[in-house]
Amino acid sequence: MRGAASGGDPERMTAIIEVRGLRKEYGDTIAVDDVSFTVQEGEIFGILGPNGAGKTTTVECVEGLRKPDGGEISVLGLDPLRDHAELTQLLGAQLQESQLPPKLRVAEALDLYSSFYRAPADWRSLLEVLGLRDKSETMYKKLSGGQKQRLSIALALVGSPRIAVLDELTTGLDPQARRDTWELIEGIRDRGVTIVLVSHFMEEAERLCDRVALIDKGRVVVVDTPAALAERVETEQRIQFRPSAPVSDALLTGVPGVTNVIRRGDVVVVTGTGDVLNAVISMLARQQIVARQLRVDQANLEDAFLELTGTHDDPASTTAGKE
Amino acid sequence: MSVATETHARRRSAWRSTRRSALAQLTITEFRLFTREPLVLFWGIIFPLLLLVILGLIPAFKDTHAGYGGLTVLDAYVPILIVMMLALLSLVAMPTVLAGYREQGILRRLQTTPAGAARVLGAQLLVNFGSAVVMVAAILLVGRLAFGVPFPLAPGVWLVIALLATAGLLSLGLFIAAVAPSGRAASAIGAILFYPLMFFSGLWLPIPSMPAVLQHISHATPLGAAWESFQNAALGHWPPALALLTMAGYAVVFGLAAARLFRWE
Repeated sequence: MRGAASGGDPERMTAIIEVRGLRKEYGDTIAVDDVSFTVQEGEIFGILGPNGAGKTTTVECVEGLRKPDGGEISVLGLDPLRDHAELTQLLGAQLQESQLPPKLRVAEALDLYSSFYRAPADWRSLLEVLGLRDKSETMYKKLSGGQKQRLSIALALVGSPRIAVLDELTTGLDPQARRDTWELIEGIRDRGVTIVLVSHFMEEAERLCDRVALIDKGRVVVVDTPAALAERVETEQRIQFRPSAPVSDALLTGVPGVTNVIRRGDVVVVTGTGDVLNAVISMLARQQIVARQLRVDQANLEDAFLELTGTHDDPASTTAGKE
Repeated sequence: MSVATETHARRRSAWRSTRRSALAQLTITEFRLFTREPLVLFWGIIFPLLLLVILGLIPAFKDTHAGYGGLTVLDAYVPILIVMMLALLSLVAMPTVLAGYREQGILRRLQTTPAGAARVLGAQLLVNFGSAVVMVAAILLVGRLAFGVPFPLAPGVWLVIALLATAGLLSLGLFIAAVAPSGRAASAIGAILFYPLMFFSGLWLPIPSMPAVLQHISHATPLGAAWESFQNAALGHWPPALALLTMAGYAVVFGLAAARLFRWE
């Protein structure tokens, strides 16, 4: 993975976005308490966290849509508020829950948006790239969820931006559309666009992001590569298999490192720490038992997320303003 | 169309669109969307003309009326149809679109582009203003050619009144768009305002036939003041200053209030 070693050394690359001590309140609610991070040119930077963590508010400050109550933001050396006109030429945004007029056709929307920019991209080739070519005469309201999402990506890119900020890109999409969108995002990065991706969807960040910032309750918990984050979490391994011959619980719990044994029909699930996988397999081999359909689950970003934010619910169910 | 001409036409339209300003492109787009709303087209464009034709075919509308200063009833209804059309476009059609744009995040999305959201307001004002100009001309022409309704005797004064009335109504429309939480709410507010305002413009009961109290109220409403002014201009004189000030007042007060209260999200 790109930039796997660059997590702790942002100075080595060119910073394209710098956020320092960002703070934003709505009345009594602190939406963003203290957020700092740096995005490098050419990377896909993920902003992750439960709903209401302050992700969207953070990127809206970066886009210059909101006035921060404290802290500093620099995007391509510009102040998002003071230099808003110039910033809009260089930063393309895909907003959460933003639509288009229902009776606007796809080609009309792209033609319209491209007229806003100094050096627009050729929107016809964008249509091609995004698989919307045969939809160019279709009205917005007749598009499927995935097509609407792809159109909003096209609109974010039609000004040939150097940065694209994509907020909750794949929420509400079916798995196939989601996968297609991910491929698309990788393609956009390969064209040299720096991407800031807001998500509460761990698999998405793990698949796409070079680095992620975990945000919880308005603060950055950690910034690192998805792999390094998962490694930080020392969780148990879960080994699941179908033994070729019966094996007793006593034998399994006797293996060093094993902490628990569960049976689901003829499937055995062993959890443990350390080098528990090798220990279990060797024990089985000594009994001349083969572990069929062996599966090992390791800590992933989701586990890291839960551990680091201390959220033990489903991340998506955590509500806003839960301080 | 052959492939070659199609490609050529496409290339030409691409060339043109890159040269157009964002406001021009937004106005063209808003006009296209305007033509795709059958309700707006019917109530704002077809209905006023249809009503003019129906009223023109009623013999009693050819009678002169003392309260109208010697004009026929139909002559007096022409400005009523004009203010009705202005009110439908300004108070119902435009606020519904703009409040809907806010509700759907369209204004916020535009704020992230170099065009900004204020330009789409400008585009909406231009489209509705342009439609109003065309409709005023259409109503005057159909009235004149089909039913012999004379053109205003003081056309310059008449034009000033038309501009003031349109400005007052568009400001009121922007104000509705500013305070309505959704497109649906905006069209409800617009419709609720439309009927009493139309009543006071004399749509159902001629203003000169109204009791004194209702006549006073009518003079204070934008449509009543507009009708009274149009009526004067039709007869060839300046309307009372109070009527003009009333329309200008609506334009300024609601225009400023809309500018203060309008939110992009």
